[in-house]
Amino acid sequence: MRDLSPPRSAWIIAVTYLAALILTIWPLPHWAEIFRPIWVPMVTVYWCLWLPHRVGVITAFIAGLLVDALTGTLLGEHALAVVLVAWTALWLHLQVRVFPWWQQCFVVLCIMLLYSFVLFWVDGMLGYTVGAALRWTPVVISALLWPWVQQLLTRVQHRYQVS
Amino acid sequence: MAVIRRRRSPQLFSSRPAGALRTLLLIAVSIMLMVYDHQSSGLQRIHATLATLVYPVQAAVNVPHAFLVWAEDKFTTHVALVQENGTLKERVQIADTQLQQLAALEQENLRLRALLQATARVPGRISMAELMASDLDPFRHLVVINKGSNDNVYNGQTVLDENGIVGQVARADPFQSEVTLITDPSQAIQVEVNRTGLRTLAVGTADLEQLSLPYITNDSDIKSGDLLVASGLGGRYPAGYPVGTITKFERNPTEPFANVTAHTAADLSHGRQVLLYWPPAPMPEVSVVKKDTAPAPLPRKNSGKKKKP
Repeated sequence: MRDLSPPRSAWIIAVTYLAALILTIWPLPHWAEIFRPIWVPMVTVYWCLWLPHRVGVITAFIAGLLVDALTGTLLGEHALAVVLVAWTALWLHLQVRVFPWWQQCFVVLCIMLLYSFVLFWVDGMLGYTVGAALRWTPVVISALLWPWVQQLLTRVQHRYQVS
Repeated sequence: MAVIRRRRSPQLFSSRPAGALRTLLLIAVSIMLMVYDHQSSGLQRIHATLATLVYPVQAAVNVPHAFLVWAEDKFTTHVALVQENGTLKERVQIADTQLQQLAALEQENLRLRALLQATARVPGRISMAELMASDLDPFRHLVVINKGSNDNVYNGQTVLDENGIVGQVARADPFQSEVTLITDPSQAIQVEVNRTGLRTLAVGTADLEQLSLPYITNDSDIKSGDLLVASGLGGRYPAGYPVGTITKFERNPTEPFANVTAHTAADLSHGRQVLLYWPPAPMPEVSVVKKDTAPAPLPRKNSGKKKKP
Protein backbone atom coordinates (compact mmCIF):
# COMPACT_ATOMS: atom_id res chain seq x y z
CA MET A 1 0.00 0.00 0.00
CA ARG A 2 2.87 2.34 0.71
CA ASP A 3 4.12 1.83 -2.82
CA LEU A 4 0.89 3.30 -4.13
CA SER A 5 1.29 6.49 -2.19
CA PRO A 6 3.52 8.65 -4.44
CA PRO A 7 1.19 8.97 -7.44
CA ARG A 8 -1.81 9.45 -5.17
CA SER A 9 0.04 12.12 -3.22
CA ALA A 10 0.77 13.93 -6.45
CA TRP A 11 -2.93 13.82 -7.26
CA ILE A 12 -3.94 15.28 -3.88
CA ILE A 13 -1.37 18.05 -4.24
CA ALA A 14 -2.65 18.75 -7.74
CA VAL A 15 -6.20 18.98 -6.40
CA THR A 16 -5.19 21.54 -3.77
CA TYR A 17 -3.54 23.59 -6.51
CA LEU A 18 -6.65 23.28 -8.66
CA ALA A 19 -8.75 24.61 -5.77
CA ALA A 20 -6.31 27.50 -5.33
CA LEU A 21 -6.54 28.34 -9.05
CA ILE A 22 -10.34 28.27 -8.96
CA LEU A 23 -10.39 30.55 -5.90
CA THR A 24 -7.96 32.90 -7.65
CA ILE A 25 -10.41 33.72 -10.42
CA TRP A 26 -13.69 33.15 -8.53
CA PRO A 27 -15.87 36.17 -9.36
CA LEU A 28 -16.20 38.51 -6.38
CA PRO A 29 -18.10 41.78 -6.06
CA HIS A 30 -15.96 44.79 -6.75
CA TRP A 31 -15.62 45.92 -3.13
CA ALA A 32 -14.58 42.42 -1.99
CA GLU A 33 -11.79 42.18 -4.53
CA ILE A 34 -9.17 43.62 -2.17
CA PHE A 35 -9.94 40.95 0.44
CA ARG A 36 -9.12 38.04 -1.83
CA PRO A 37 -6.19 36.08 -0.35
CA ILE A 38 -3.33 35.10 -2.63
CA TRP A 39 -4.15 31.42 -2.78
CA VAL A 40 -1.53 29.85 -5.03
CA PRO A 41 1.52 31.10 -3.04
CA MET A 42 -0.20 30.07 0.19
CA VAL A 43 -0.65 26.49 -1.02
CA THR A 44 2.92 26.56 -2.34
CA VAL A 45 4.24 27.71 1.04
CA TYR A 46 2.38 24.94 2.84
CA TRP A 47 3.62 22.12 0.62
CA CYS A 48 7.16 23.50 0.52
CA LEU A 49 7.26 23.68 4.32
CA TRP A 50 5.83 20.23 4.99
CA LEU A 51 6.71 18.21 1.89
CA PRO A 52 9.90 19.84 0.62
CA HIS A 53 11.00 16.60 -1.07
CA ARG A 54 7.86 16.52 -3.19
CA VAL A 55 6.89 20.08 -3.97
CA GLY A 56 9.62 22.41 -5.05
CA VAL A 57 10.46 25.20 -7.40
CA ILE A 58 9.45 23.24 -10.50
CA THR A 59 5.91 22.65 -9.24
CA ALA A 60 5.81 26.30 -8.22
CA PHE A 61 6.93 27.37 -11.69
CA ILE A 62 4.20 25.32 -13.38
CA ALA A 63 1.57 26.68 -10.98
CA GLY A 64 2.78 30.21 -11.64
CA LEU A 65 2.54 29.72 -15.41
CA LEU A 66 -1.04 28.51 -14.98
CA VAL A 67 -1.85 31.64 -12.95
CA ASP A 68 -0.34 33.71 -15.75
CA ALA A 69 -2.55 31.97 -18.28
CA LEU A 70 -5.63 32.40 -16.07
CA THR A 71 -5.16 36.06 -15.27
CA GLY A 72 -3.84 37.19 -18.62
CA THR A 73 -0.58 38.61 -17.34
CA LEU A 74 2.77 38.32 -19.08
CA LEU A 75 3.95 34.72 -19.26
CA GLY A 76 6.46 34.23 -16.48
CA GLU A 77 5.36 37.07 -14.21
CA HIS A 78 3.54 34.98 -11.62
CA ALA A 79 5.87 32.07 -12.36
CA LEU A 80 8.83 34.15 -11.21
CA ALA A 81 7.00 35.32 -8.07
CA VAL A 82 5.84 31.83 -7.08
CA VAL A 83 9.28 30.33 -7.70
CA LEU A 84 10.77 32.88 -5.31
CA VAL A 85 8.06 32.08 -2.76
CA ALA A 86 8.81 28.35 -3.05
CA TRP A 87 12.53 28.89 -2.78
CA THR A 88 12.17 31.03 0.37
CA ALA A 89 9.85 28.49 1.94
CA LEU A 90 12.23 25.63 1.14
CA TRP A 91 15.13 27.59 2.53
CA LEU A 92 13.32 28.26 5.83
CA HIS A 93 11.29 25.08 6.11
CA LEU A 94 13.15 23.47 9.03
CA GLN A 95 12.86 26.59 11.18
CA VAL A 96 9.33 27.61 10.28
CA ARG A 97 7.82 24.17 10.90
CA VAL A 98 8.51 24.45 14.64
CA PHE A 99 7.50 28.11 14.99
CA PRO A 100 4.36 28.95 16.97
CA TRP A 101 1.45 30.05 14.84
CA TRP A 102 1.97 33.78 15.22
CA GLN A 103 5.58 33.54 14.13
CA GLN A 104 4.48 31.45 11.17
CA CYS A 105 2.01 34.20 10.30
CA PHE A 106 4.85 36.69 10.33
CA VAL A 107 6.99 34.55 8.04
CA VAL A 108 4.04 34.12 5.66
CA LEU A 109 3.55 37.88 5.73
CA CYS A 110 7.16 38.40 4.67
CA ILE A 111 6.93 35.77 1.92
CA MET A 112 3.71 37.27 0.57
CA LEU A 113 5.31 40.71 0.64
CA LEU A 114 8.11 39.31 -1.50
CA TYR A 115 5.54 37.83 -3.89
CA SER A 116 3.56 41.04 -4.18
CA PHE A 117 6.70 43.08 -4.54
CA VAL A 118 7.86 41.03 -7.53
CA LEU A 119 4.47 41.54 -9.20
CA PHE A 120 4.51 45.22 -8.26
CA TRP A 121 7.96 45.59 -9.77
CA VAL A 122 7.14 43.83 -13.04
CA ASP A 123 3.80 45.66 -13.36
CA GLY A 124 5.58 48.92 -12.66
CA MET A 125 7.99 48.30 -15.52
CA LEU A 126 5.03 47.63 -17.80
CA GLY A 127 3.28 50.81 -16.68
CA TYR A 128 0.54 49.27 -14.53
CA THR A 129 0.73 51.26 -11.34
CA VAL A 130 -2.71 51.48 -9.78
CA GLY A 131 -4.39 50.66 -6.50
CA ALA A 132 -2.11 50.42 -3.47
CA ALA A 133 -4.96 48.85 -1.45
CA LEU A 134 -5.53 46.19 -4.11
CA ARG A 135 -1.86 45.38 -4.12
CA TRP A 136 -1.08 45.15 -0.42
CA THR A 137 -4.30 44.26 1.44
CA PRO A 138 -4.30 40.66 0.12
CA VAL A 139 -0.81 40.24 1.61
CA VAL A 140 -2.11 41.02 5.11
CA ILE A 141 -5.29 38.99 4.59
CA SER A 142 -3.25 35.97 3.49
CA ALA A 143 -0.99 36.21 6.54
CA LEU A 144 -4.00 36.50 8.88
CA LEU A 145 -5.68 33.55 7.20
CA TRP A 146 -2.57 31.38 7.37
CA PRO A 147 -3.43 29.42 10.60
CA TRP A 148 -6.73 28.25 9.08
CA VAL A 149 -5.25 27.41 5.69
CA GLN A 150 -2.46 25.55 7.43
CA GLN A 151 -4.95 23.59 9.59
CA LEU A 152 -7.07 22.73 6.58
CA LEU A 153 -4.16 21.53 4.48
CA THR A 154 -2.75 19.56 7.44
CA ARG A 155 -6.11 17.79 7.71
CA VAL A 156 -6.08 17.05 3.99
CA GLN A 157 -2.52 15.81 4.23
CA HIS A 158 -3.26 13.48 7.14
CA ARG A 159 -6.62 12.31 5.84
CA TYR A 160 -5.17 11.21 2.50
CA GLN A 161 -1.73 10.32 3.91
CA VAL A 162 0.08 12.57 1.49
CA SER A 163 3.75 12.03 2.02
CA MET B 1 13.08 10.19 8.36
CA ALA B 2 13.42 12.93 5.85
CA VAL B 3 16.47 11.17 4.47
CA ILE B 4 14.59 7.92 3.88
CA ARG B 5 11.79 9.75 2.12
CA ARG B 6 14.21 11.65 0.03
CA ARG B 7 15.67 8.46 -1.34
CA ARG B 8 12.27 7.05 -2.30
CA SER B 9 10.87 10.15 -3.86
CA PRO B 10 10.02 10.03 -7.57
CA GLN B 11 11.59 12.23 -10.19
CA LEU B 12 8.42 14.14 -11.04
CA PHE B 13 8.87 16.63 -8.23
CA SER B 14 12.07 18.09 -6.95
CA SER B 15 13.93 15.58 -4.84
CA ARG B 16 16.41 17.91 -3.16
CA PRO B 17 15.03 20.85 -1.19
CA ALA B 18 16.08 24.26 -2.48
CA GLY B 19 18.31 23.32 -5.37
CA ALA B 20 19.95 26.70 -5.90
CA LEU B 21 20.96 25.97 -9.48
CA ARG B 22 17.48 24.84 -10.44
CA THR B 23 15.92 27.91 -8.81
CA LEU B 24 18.28 30.24 -10.63
CA LEU B 25 17.54 28.46 -13.89
CA LEU B 26 13.78 28.80 -13.40
CA ILE B 27 14.14 32.48 -12.48
CA ALA B 28 16.15 33.03 -15.65
CA VAL B 29 13.54 31.16 -17.70
CA SER B 30 10.72 33.27 -16.19
CA ILE B 31 12.51 36.51 -16.94
CA MET B 32 13.29 35.44 -20.49
CA LEU B 33 9.67 34.41 -21.01
CA MET B 34 8.49 37.80 -19.74
CA VAL B 35 10.87 39.78 -21.93
CA TYR B 36 10.09 37.70 -25.01
CA ASP B 37 6.35 37.80 -24.36
CA HIS B 38 6.44 41.56 -23.90
CA GLN B 39 8.43 42.32 -27.01
CA SER B 40 6.97 39.97 -29.58
CA SER B 41 3.97 37.79 -30.13
CA GLY B 42 6.09 34.72 -30.75
CA LEU B 43 4.69 32.86 -27.75
CA GLN B 44 1.27 32.41 -29.34
CA ARG B 45 1.56 28.61 -29.27
CA ILE B 46 2.48 28.49 -25.57
CA HIS B 47 -0.31 30.93 -24.76
CA ALA B 48 -2.77 28.78 -26.68
CA THR B 49 -1.60 25.58 -24.98
CA LEU B 50 -1.80 27.11 -21.51
CA ALA B 51 -5.20 28.62 -22.24
CA THR B 52 -6.47 25.19 -23.25
CA LEU B 53 -4.95 23.72 -20.06
CA VAL B 54 -6.70 26.19 -17.76
CA TYR B 55 -9.99 26.04 -19.69
CA PRO B 56 -11.46 23.49 -17.19
CA VAL B 57 -10.74 25.89 -14.32
CA GLN B 58 -12.60 28.69 -16.06
CA ALA B 59 -15.43 26.31 -16.89
CA ALA B 60 -15.62 25.23 -13.23
CA VAL B 61 -15.84 28.85 -12.10
CA ASN B 62 -18.66 29.37 -14.55
CA VAL B 63 -20.74 26.45 -13.29
CA PRO B 64 -22.67 28.30 -10.53
CA HIS B 65 -23.66 31.10 -12.87
CA ALA B 66 -24.67 28.67 -15.60
CA PHE B 67 -26.77 26.81 -13.04
CA LEU B 68 -28.47 30.03 -11.89
CA VAL B 69 -29.31 30.94 -15.48
CA TRP B 70 -30.64 27.47 -16.10
CA ALA B 71 -32.75 27.58 -12.93
CA GLU B 72 -34.09 31.01 -13.84
CA ASP B 73 -35.07 29.72 -17.28
CA LYS B 74 -36.77 26.70 -15.75
CA PHE B 75 -38.73 28.51 -13.09
CA THR B 76 -39.78 31.70 -14.80
CA THR B 77 -43.49 32.02 -14.21
CA HIS B 78 -46.08 32.28 -16.92
CA VAL B 79 -47.12 35.77 -15.79
CA ALA B 80 -43.58 37.04 -15.94
CA LEU B 81 -43.14 35.58 -19.41
CA VAL B 82 -46.34 37.19 -20.69
CA GLN B 83 -45.26 40.51 -19.21
CA GLU B 84 -41.81 40.28 -20.71
CA ASN B 85 -43.31 39.30 -24.06
CA GLY B 86 -45.53 42.38 -23.93
CA THR B 87 -42.68 44.79 -23.23
CA LEU B 88 -40.49 43.16 -25.86
CA LYS B 89 -43.24 43.47 -28.49
CA GLU B 90 -43.62 47.12 -27.60
CA ARG B 91 -39.91 47.70 -27.98
CA VAL B 92 -39.81 45.92 -31.32
CA GLN B 93 -42.64 48.12 -32.56
CA ILE B 94 -40.84 51.27 -31.52
CA ALA B 95 -37.59 50.03 -33.02
CA ASP B 96 -39.36 49.11 -36.27
CA THR B 97 -40.87 52.55 -36.57
CA GLN B 98 -37.46 54.09 -36.12
CA LEU B 99 -36.00 51.64 -38.62
CA GLN B 100 -38.43 52.75 -41.36
CA GLN B 101 -36.97 56.17 -41.12
CA LEU B 102 -33.47 54.75 -40.97
CA ALA B 103 -33.90 52.86 -44.25
CA ALA B 104 -34.95 56.07 -45.99
CA LEU B 105 -32.06 57.97 -44.40
CA GLU B 106 -29.60 55.29 -45.38
CA GLN B 107 -30.71 55.47 -49.01
CA GLU B 108 -30.46 59.21 -48.93
CA ASN B 109 -27.01 59.04 -47.40
CA LEU B 110 -25.90 56.56 -50.07
CA ARG B 111 -27.17 58.82 -52.85
CA LEU B 112 -25.44 61.83 -51.36
CA ARG B 113 -22.21 59.92 -50.92
CA ALA B 114 -22.47 58.70 -54.49
CA LEU B 115 -22.92 62.31 -55.59
CA LEU B 116 -19.86 63.27 -53.63
CA GLN B 117 -18.02 60.24 -55.01
CA ALA B 118 -17.24 59.13 -51.50
CA THR B 119 -17.00 55.51 -50.48
CA ALA B 120 -20.11 54.09 -48.90
CA ARG B 121 -20.29 53.24 -45.26
CA VAL B 122 -21.02 49.56 -45.15
CA PRO B 123 -22.25 47.85 -42.02
CA GLY B 124 -19.89 45.17 -40.76
CA ARG B 125 -20.76 41.69 -39.64
CA ILE B 126 -21.60 41.10 -36.01
CA SER B 127 -21.74 37.98 -33.93
CA MET B 128 -22.49 37.38 -30.27
CA ALA B 129 -20.08 36.02 -27.67
CA GLU B 130 -20.44 35.25 -23.99
CA LEU B 131 -18.12 36.38 -21.22
CA MET B 132 -16.39 33.45 -19.58
CA ALA B 133 -14.38 35.31 -16.99
CA SER B 134 -13.91 38.86 -15.93
CA ASP B 135 -11.92 40.79 -13.33
CA LEU B 136 -9.11 38.31 -13.69
CA ASP B 137 -6.43 40.67 -12.57
CA PRO B 138 -7.67 43.82 -10.88
CA PHE B 139 -4.85 45.84 -12.42
CA ARG B 140 -5.77 45.00 -15.97
CA HIS B 141 -9.16 45.33 -17.48
CA LEU B 142 -9.33 42.06 -19.33
CA VAL B 143 -12.23 39.72 -19.94
CA VAL B 144 -12.29 36.32 -21.57
CA ILE B 145 -14.96 35.53 -24.16
CA ASN B 146 -15.99 32.13 -25.44
CA LYS B 147 -15.12 32.63 -29.11
CA GLY B 148 -11.64 32.22 -30.48
CA SER B 149 -9.62 31.97 -33.64
CA ASN B 150 -11.70 28.93 -34.64
CA ASP B 151 -14.63 31.36 -34.96
CA ASN B 152 -12.51 33.76 -37.04
CA VAL B 153 -11.77 36.06 -34.12
CA TYR B 154 -8.51 37.90 -34.75
CA ASN B 155 -6.12 40.03 -32.73
CA GLY B 156 -7.20 43.64 -32.57
CA GLN B 157 -10.81 42.93 -33.43
CA THR B 158 -13.40 45.37 -32.07
CA VAL B 159 -15.75 44.18 -29.36
CA LEU B 160 -19.05 46.01 -28.80
CA ASP B 161 -22.11 45.68 -26.66
CA GLU B 162 -25.58 46.98 -27.42
CA ASN B 163 -24.64 50.45 -26.14
CA GLY B 164 -21.20 51.06 -27.52
CA ILE B 165 -17.58 50.01 -27.78
CA VAL B 166 -16.29 47.57 -25.16
CA GLY B 167 -12.70 47.03 -26.23
CA GLN B 168 -10.50 45.04 -28.55
CA VAL B 169 -9.31 41.47 -28.73
CA ALA B 170 -5.86 41.30 -27.17
CA ARG B 171 -5.21 37.68 -28.03
CA ALA B 172 -7.32 35.13 -29.86
CA ASP B 173 -6.73 31.56 -28.70
CA PRO B 174 -8.39 28.65 -30.50
CA PHE B 175 -11.46 28.43 -28.26
CA GLN B 176 -11.49 31.72 -26.40
CA SER B 177 -10.10 35.21 -26.60
CA GLU B 178 -8.87 37.81 -24.22
CA VAL B 179 -10.44 41.22 -24.63
CA THR B 180 -8.83 44.41 -23.34
CA LEU B 181 -11.50 46.88 -22.27
CA ILE B 182 -11.25 50.52 -23.30
CA THR B 183 -10.94 51.43 -19.61
CA ASP B 184 -7.65 49.54 -19.27
CA PRO B 185 -4.92 52.05 -18.39
CA SER B 186 -2.89 51.00 -21.44
CA GLN B 187 -5.66 51.76 -23.92
CA ALA B 188 -6.42 54.88 -25.87
CA ILE B 189 -9.17 55.28 -28.44
CA GLN B 190 -9.59 57.95 -31.10
CA VAL B 191 -12.92 59.67 -30.56
CA GLU B 192 -14.79 62.63 -31.84
CA VAL B 193 -17.36 64.75 -30.06
CA ASN B 194 -20.58 64.06 -31.91
CA ARG B 195 -21.98 67.59 -31.52
CA THR B 196 -18.95 69.54 -32.69
CA GLY B 197 -16.78 67.03 -34.52
CA LEU B 198 -13.81 67.79 -32.27
CA ARG B 199 -11.32 64.92 -32.50
CA THR B 200 -9.35 63.77 -29.48
CA LEU B 201 -8.16 60.73 -27.55
CA ALA B 202 -9.98 58.94 -24.74
CA VAL B 203 -7.66 57.09 -22.39
CA GLY B 204 -8.50 54.30 -19.94
CA THR B 205 -8.43 55.16 -16.25
CA ALA B 206 -8.56 51.74 -14.54
CA ASP B 207 -12.07 52.66 -13.40
CA LEU B 208 -14.63 50.45 -15.16
CA GLU B 209 -16.95 53.35 -15.90
CA GLN B 210 -14.61 56.22 -16.64
CA LEU B 211 -12.47 57.43 -19.47
CA SER B 212 -10.23 60.42 -19.31
CA LEU B 213 -9.68 62.90 -22.14
CA PRO B 214 -6.31 64.44 -21.35
CA TYR B 215 -5.77 66.42 -24.56
CA ILE B 216 -8.66 68.87 -24.61
CA THR B 217 -7.68 72.51 -24.50
CA ASN B 218 -9.27 74.92 -22.09
CA ASP B 219 -11.05 76.86 -24.82
CA SER B 220 -12.73 73.83 -26.42
CA ASP B 221 -16.47 73.77 -26.89
CA ILE B 222 -17.46 70.83 -24.73
CA LYS B 223 -20.40 70.37 -22.42
CA SER B 224 -21.17 67.67 -19.96
CA GLY B 225 -23.56 65.28 -21.70
CA ASP B 226 -21.85 65.45 -25.08
CA LEU B 227 -21.69 62.11 -26.88
CA LEU B 228 -18.30 60.73 -27.88
CA VAL B 229 -18.18 58.39 -30.87
CA ALA B 230 -15.25 56.48 -32.30
CA SER B 231 -13.70 58.46 -35.13
CA GLY B 232 -12.23 55.41 -36.83
CA LEU B 233 -9.07 57.33 -37.62
CA GLY B 234 -6.84 55.04 -35.63
CA GLY B 235 -7.74 52.26 -38.00
CA ARG B 236 -8.61 49.93 -35.17
CA TYR B 237 -12.15 50.78 -34.10
CA PRO B 238 -15.01 51.30 -36.58
CA ALA B 239 -16.22 54.88 -36.91
CA GLY B 240 -19.52 56.04 -35.48
CA TYR B 241 -19.96 53.65 -32.58
CA PRO B 242 -20.59 55.40 -29.23
CA VAL B 243 -17.72 55.41 -26.76
CA GLY B 244 -19.07 57.51 -23.90
CA THR B 245 -20.65 60.71 -22.70
CA ILE B 246 -18.81 63.64 -21.13
CA THR B 247 -19.47 63.82 -17.41
CA LYS B 248 -17.07 66.51 -16.32
CA PHE B 249 -15.40 69.44 -18.05
CA GLU B 250 -13.29 71.58 -15.75
CA ARG B 251 -11.22 74.40 -17.14
CA ASN B 252 -7.79 74.40 -15.64
CA PRO B 253 -6.23 77.84 -16.15
CA THR B 254 -2.83 76.84 -14.82
CA GLU B 255 -2.43 73.99 -17.29
CA PRO B 256 -2.62 73.81 -21.06
CA PHE B 257 -5.33 71.14 -21.00
CA ALA B 258 -8.70 70.97 -19.29
CA ASN B 259 -9.76 68.27 -16.87
CA VAL B 260 -12.27 66.13 -18.80
CA THR B 261 -13.77 62.77 -17.96
CA ALA B 262 -16.38 60.68 -19.71
CA HIS B 263 -18.67 57.86 -18.69
CA THR B 264 -18.38 54.77 -20.90
CA ALA B 265 -21.33 54.09 -23.17
CA ALA B 266 -20.94 50.34 -22.94
CA ASP B 267 -21.85 48.73 -19.65
CA LEU B 268 -18.49 47.20 -18.79
CA SER B 269 -19.19 46.07 -15.24
CA HIS B 270 -22.44 44.20 -15.91
CA GLY B 271 -23.75 42.05 -18.69
CA ARG B 272 -22.62 38.69 -19.94
CA GLN B 273 -22.95 39.13 -23.69
CA VAL B 274 -20.75 41.10 -26.03
CA LEU B 275 -20.75 41.48 -29.80
CA LEU B 276 -17.80 40.81 -32.05
CA TYR B 277 -17.46 43.12 -35.05
CA TRP B 278 -15.98 42.17 -38.40
CA PRO B 279 -15.35 45.12 -40.68
CA PRO B 280 -16.93 44.90 -44.13
CA ALA B 281 -14.92 44.01 -47.18
CA PRO B 282 -13.36 47.16 -48.59
CA MET B 283 -15.55 48.27 -51.48
CA PRO B 284 -13.89 49.91 -54.47
CA GLU B 285 -16.98 51.79 -55.60
CA VAL B 286 -20.42 52.69 -54.37
CA SER B 287 -22.83 49.91 -55.06
CA VAL B 288 -25.95 48.39 -53.60
CA VAL B 289 -25.47 47.59 -49.94
CA LYS B 290 -26.63 44.30 -48.58
CA LYS B 291 -26.62 43.45 -44.94
CA ASP B 292 -25.12 40.18 -43.79
CA THR B 293 -23.33 39.18 -46.93
CA ALA B 294 -20.62 36.57 -46.95
CA PRO B 295 -18.22 36.59 -44.01
CA ALA B 296 -15.91 39.51 -44.29
CA PRO B 297 -12.26 38.71 -44.94
CA LEU B 298 -10.18 39.07 -41.87
CA PRO B 299 -7.49 41.69 -42.07
CA ARG B 300 -4.52 40.48 -40.08
CA LYS B 301 -3.08 43.28 -38.12
CA ASN B 302 -0.15 43.13 -35.84
CA SER B 303 -1.22 42.56 -32.30
CA GLY B 304 0.18 45.66 -30.68
CA LYS B 305 -2.18 46.64 -27.90
CA LYS B 306 -1.53 50.36 -27.85
CA LYS B 307 -2.98 52.41 -30.56
CA LYS B 308 -1.84 55.84 -29.57
CA PRO B 309 -0.79 57.73 -32.65
